[in-house]
Amino acid sequence: MYPANFDYVRPSTVEEAVRLLAKHGDDAKLLAGGHSLIPAMKLRLARPKVVVDIGRIAHLSYIREAGGAIAIGAMTTHADVQASKTLRDKSPLLAETASHIGDVQVRNKGTIGGSLVHADPAADYPASILALDAEIDVVGPRGTRTIKAVDFFVDLLQTAVAADEIVTEIRVPATAKTVAYVKTEQKASGFALAGAAVVIGPNGVRVGITGVAAKAYRAAGVEKALAGQKLTPDLIARASAQASAGVDPLGDIHASPSFRAHLAQVNTRRALEQAVRRS
Amino acid sequence: MPVHVHVNVNQSDQHHDVEPRLLLVHYLRDVCGLTGTHVGCETSLCGSCTVLVDGKAVKSCTMFAVQADGSAVTTVEGLAKDGQLHPVQQGFWECHGLQCGFCTPGMMMASVALLAQTAKPSREQITEGLRGNLCRCTGYSHIIDAVNHAAAHGGVRLQPDSAQGVARG
Repeated sequence: MYPANFDYVRPSTVEEAVRLLAKHGDDAKLLAGGHSLIPAMKLRLARPKVVVDIGRIAHLSYIREAGGAIAIGAMTTHADVQASKTLRDKSPLLAETASHIGDVQVRNKGTIGGSLVHADPAADYPASILALDAEIDVVGPRGTRTIKAVDFFVDLLQTAVAADEIVTEIRVPATAKTVAYVKTEQKASGFALAGAAVVIGPNGVRVGITGVAAKAYRAAGVEKALAGQKLTPDLIARASAQASAGVDPLGDIHASPSFRAHLAQVNTRRALEQAVRRS
Repeated sequence: MPVHVHVNVNQSDQHHDVEPRLLLVHYLRDVCGLTGTHVGCETSLCGSCTVLVDGKAVKSCTMFAVQADGSAVTTVEGLAKDGQLHPVQQGFWECHGLQCGFCTPGMMMASVALLAQTAKPSREQITEGLRGNLCRCTGYSHIIDAVNHAAAHGGVRLQPDSAQGVARG
């Protein structure tokens, strides 16, 4: 499978990349790790005239503590997120989630920023980004702005990032060990049929669900049912039944809408049980 | 418009002008003439195109050659040294780690990367390390045996010393 031809540019700074996006407009596409864009280009679902390769912008790949949060550069690979001692010690959910993405080779190339901005409805990170209430920084011709996780995912393959903006950093709060990500995967691709990410914190429980609907979402019904309560097995089971309430589940050859909804509930329960066990 | 790339392939400097859309796997096979790297599913699932780029296993069907500019690439042709099989190749030989052989180059490159990180992997670690490589013949058991064999016979010691790229201009 051969992508359509394109012109290739490789900026060395974010500013240069922003200028290139502004110059080429809708003709341009950013290339990060390439594991979403290149498959789309092979299928000719994407036919950019100009590919702006940000893979050599070295200072976009890092994981470091910043205040009470952990800041992750957008070009950090899934493998680096998975292996990060800082994340494993201070905010382990993302590292756990990254270990579920694809396989070794995919994790060596795919990036957290690229995955998030692609917004595949079955990607793993979105559930955890929502459960962590992360913040995402983007840079564009109008300057820098911060997008809250709940505002980030807009629709199928659509985010709040504008076409002329670049995701530069993701910040997640430090958490206790009481987190978990549980998914049922499509066996060939590894993508989530339904994945549930859970963060149990001092101020309540947050639950993010991916794979089920056109975009990842917070399971508000589950969170509300658990608020201020002791997390007994019985309560967890009852609350998890709300994991797909109010959403319109996707259906395809791999799983029907009702099966996806069911898996969302089961995996939410399992993730909550696992997070409780880690306390 | 063609782009100039400088890639160190199996410790040999390569300079070519390529179309940006040229995938790394086609660059290796059609431009460098190294046909050991196989084109399988072309959708980054099967792993038969696995090569090492700067020491890391990647699927060369999901990477443009221009992205490898300035990097060191190791293909299956780069494993044997002076007529001596690499321990991973020897392991596949000894343990019958292949039948048709189509997936084998990718399996071996993923195994080399695995052993570089984990010198004595458990069967579970091997399974996880080779999760991105599909074999339609052997049922995997002999492949895992082959990696174990390599680990017990210097699989790490002899891994290729090619983790550095070329100087980037």
